[in-house]
Amino acid sequence: MNFETIIGLEVHVELKTKSKIFSPSPNAFGAAPNENTNPIDLGYPGVLPVLNKEAVNFAMKAAMALNCEIATHTKFDRKNYFYPDNPKAYQISQFDQPIGENGWIEIEVDGYTKKIGITRIHMEEDAGKLSHTGDGYSLVDYNRQGTPLIEIVSEPDLRTPAEAYAYLEKIRNIIQYTGVSDVKMEEGSLRCDANISLRPIGQEKFGTKAELKNLNSFTFVQKGLEFEEKRQQKVLLAGGEILQETRRYDESTKETILMRIKEGSDDYRYFPEPDLVPLYIDDAWKERVRASIPELPDARKARYVNELGLPAYDAMVLTLSVEMSDFFEATLKADADPKAASNWLMGEVSAYLNKQQKDLADTALTPEGLAKMITLIEDGTLSSKLAKKVFAELIENGGDPQQIVKDKGLVQISDEGQLTEIISSILDQNEQSVVDFKNGKDRALGFLVGQVMKQTKGQANPPMVNKILIAEMNKR
Amino acid sequence: MSEITKEQVLHVAHLARLAITDEEAEKMTKELDAIIGYAELLNELDTDNVEPTTHVLDLKNVMREDEARKWIDREDALKNAPDQKNGQFRVPSILD
Amino acid sequence: MSLFDYTLKELQEKLHNKEITVTDLVDASYARIKEVDDEVKAFLTLDEENARAAAKELDEQGGDNPLFGIPIGIKDNIVTKGLRTTCASKFLDNFTDPLYDATVVSKLKDKKTVTIGKLNMDEFAMGSSNENSAYFTTRNPWNTDYVPGGSSGASAAAVAAGEVFFSLGSDTGGSIREPAAFCGVVGLKPTYGLVSRFGLVAFASSLDQIGPMTRTVEDNAHLLQAIVGHDEMDSTSADVEIPNYTEALKQDVKGLRIAVPSEYLGEGVSDEVRESIKAALKVYEDLGATWEEVSLPHSRYAVAAYYLLSSSEASANLARFDGVRYGVRSTEAENMVDVFKYSRRDGFGEEVKRRIMLGTFALSSGYYDAYYKKAQKARTLIKNDFDKVFEDYDVIVGPTTPTPAFKVGEKVEDPLTMYATDILTIPVNLAGVPGISLPCGFSSEGLPIGLQIIGKHFDEATIYRAAHAFEQATDHHKQKPALGGVKG
Repeated sequence: MNFETIIGLEVHVELKTKSKIFSPSPNAFGAAPNENTNPIDLGYPGVLPVLNKEAVNFAMKAAMALNCEIATHTKFDRKNYFYPDNPKAYQISQFDQPIGENGWIEIEVDGYTKKIGITRIHMEEDAGKLSHTGDGYSLVDYNRQGTPLIEIVSEPDLRTPAEAYAYLEKIRNIIQYTGVSDVKMEEGSLRCDANISLRPIGQEKFGTKAELKNLNSFTFVQKGLEFEEKRQQKVLLAGGEILQETRRYDESTKETILMRIKEGSDDYRYFPEPDLVPLYIDDAWKERVRASIPELPDARKARYVNELGLPAYDAMVLTLSVEMSDFFEATLKADADPKAASNWLMGEVSAYLNKQQKDLADTALTPEGLAKMITLIEDGTLSSKLAKKVFAELIENGGDPQQIVKDKGLVQISDEGQLTEIISSILDQNEQSVVDFKNGKDRALGFLVGQVMKQTKGQANPPMVNKILIAEMNKR
Repeated sequence: MSEITKEQVLHVAHLARLAITDEEAEKMTKELDAIIGYAELLNELDTDNVEPTTHVLDLKNVMREDEARKWIDREDALKNAPDQKNGQFRVPSILD
Repeated sequence: MSLFDYTLKELQEKLHNKEITVTDLVDASYARIKEVDDEVKAFLTLDEENARAAAKELDEQGGDNPLFGIPIGIKDNIVTKGLRTTCASKFLDNFTDPLYDATVVSKLKDKKTVTIGKLNMDEFAMGSSNENSAYFTTRNPWNTDYVPGGSSGASAAAVAAGEVFFSLGSDTGGSIREPAAFCGVVGLKPTYGLVSRFGLVAFASSLDQIGPMTRTVEDNAHLLQAIVGHDEMDSTSADVEIPNYTEALKQDVKGLRIAVPSEYLGEGVSDEVRESIKAALKVYEDLGATWEEVSLPHSRYAVAAYYLLSSSEASANLARFDGVRYGVRSTEAENMVDVFKYSRRDGFGEEVKRRIMLGTFALSSGYYDAYYKKAQKARTLIKNDFDKVFEDYDVIVGPTTPTPAFKVGEKVEDPLTMYATDILTIPVNLAGVPGISLPCGFSSEGLPIGLQIIGKHFDEATIYRAAHAFEQATDHHKQKPALGGVKG
């Protein structure tokens, strides 16, 4: 029997407001435990929540970027459950009137494009953080409690783990462009749970789904789903039954492991939050937020191809992160040639970032510096080889490329007389090579170029060296 | 309508995280049944076209500006904790 | 005569003329507590050292607002920084510092009142008799065999007994007005949203209000004036213009249109209470007001709707008492779920558990629409009843409670009978309108009877005007309970 895989993702994104969603505590990552808490975050008796307006604006911005319809009437609800990281034993969330509904994004996998529906996006507060000491205790840090979150729930439109990966990349990409979140999985500002079920091809009814948790990277999402796909298939083929379970992905064994079997649905006893009044989002408010959304990756990508003439691949790579894309645009503003700038960013710059595990912002490279360097290459001042030396200096320490060229004596020797003199003396010392060259051994030319470069410390203009070498040898 | 059973009472007690003995569950079943029975009075009302009231005042869009402010010290956050360690609240291990 | 027999105005004059000091007032308070609190049992926690230090400082500074230097008692569900706040629950027995002051407490500090201590109540404000306190039952100063009412029973009793000049209570379904009626004092439940709830330990968020409890209407108006106003820490706090309440007292009630709901004088209301209300209406007639009988047809559904709604909200509001961040954690528990279950079992009393169970049930899957949502709809109908009557009338008048205070132990075994005590006060909370209770007579057993005056949203001024006119025309408020062997 052949099966079809059905995947739906729930993505949580932390919004980077200055303060928390319902309390004035700082919303910041990395403080000492419980440093960024107050009686509201700690769920003290008598405290009340007050909604952060910016959190609503950010949520709307993200929802609009993901093509959602924005609710005109919306409200908050209490979701009741006991857990030590949930200080009120209810989470303030949105139940039946989410801020956004009926969105979609387009993903590209293995050359095909597919539209994935977004059921809903709702606002809620994040919980604290539990850590396990291994001595029979857990410790609770409430710094994260009250961080504004949006939960993005996809339609069950994904059919392969690769599609799930592409969906996550796209969500991260778009949200990053809106600027409402850092969307860093390693800091927990983006988190993902995955639902997966199998059904015989042709069957309409969905199979029983398992929920995967503890997925700490996009790769683990994909790997976890791949494992789960196989596991469920095996169970079904053996005539077994899939139970509604929560499983976690174990990074070391690369397997999913049962956490608990769900009996029925959880009873969260949602009811409207009496401490918060409803929101009425009129058109003017919606338009204000819409106007604040910057150009999104797909639009940029199209512009790079249509207006700048870049290959589709370049446009895709450059828009993968807003940081790279913004850097690229700034480099163009500083008068660099688009294709040359693209080549540098996709080539040397990306290689450097990968190797050093750094973000562009953590380097000394500026768009102006890169643009100037590209100009120096174009006007022949720098060879591509020398340019690499300049680049190494630029990205490590910054500075003016022209000055670097001067200080390091990296100016290309393009003076014909000077080069002819150097070449003549080298030919004098390597008569055998001249003979070899004339006998058709091309390797001899390479050797001689190398000798010139050695003597000029790499500063000789390579095309000119080639030209003069051949001319001089032919004279002999 | 429905009569409250002891099983329901035990389930609700679990949802509410209240430890109750069997005896208490029996007593609670009777009491809840009486109270719910009384509440059935509301079934006399035709509420098909009635909006539920969550807020008695017609307020909306009450929000604050996004400004961060420090309120209490870290020591105060932990001041009333029944158990704490390394600046964190300590609880028995959570094993799901 | 006790210092607390004077009015605020008189006390301020005496302070101003240096006939008395704030220290004298604070001394009088603690002296009276020493004298009678063994009988009344109003205070859970006294703050004597701080109060005396504050009095000394105020005597040096001086000041001239109407509340300056006046000793006040605070119901123990209103949080006070650095002062134990228990909500009369064992769960919060060790809650010695809530870390912050409730907005009303900050406002009173600005007005330089002196906090004498924290007042007993039904645990988490759930009850109508004070018998649900986890500590002890406060007694009715008029007859200590009787309950003082609840849940702000001690807030009423302490004022009636002259232990403090005035107090703050809270009212979710009658918890200020019922004890005010039982103890013969003046208690106002303000319009929902008039007084900030920030720092009031939530029972039912959509119904709770803090309010003043005093001996006279004028003092009540002064205390309300000090605690009202928009609060940015409470999203349900209304941003409305605040009138001058004491100014409103100067107006008479000629032409005042009074509605008297037939449901408030019907079945279950004792003859003595009915007669007292009729006598009160006669007083109003004499003062030039008019009254007519009206109907609040959905009144009979109020108690059922109230218990479903308030218990549902309470089930969530009281879930934070889990033994993790504050409060008493069970030492018996070995795993996390048992920390929750045992701490809550040990920390909560029977009535609190009953309501948590009811509320959890009403919200649970499959029952939400039938109970919680149905009750919300019934609430709409009850609110509409009031809106309709207020189209044609200025105030609604009736009894506060169907009977005067009952004996300690009399109703404790039967929750439903106990709940029915609040049948005349609950609709007011559901509608969110303000209501006051003031003395309007005594039963044959010498127990006070309360007159309830209900007003339009944010129209406390008219309530005060009507209440003041009645009070000035009668002398019920001048009666005082015999306590400590000496009358007055």
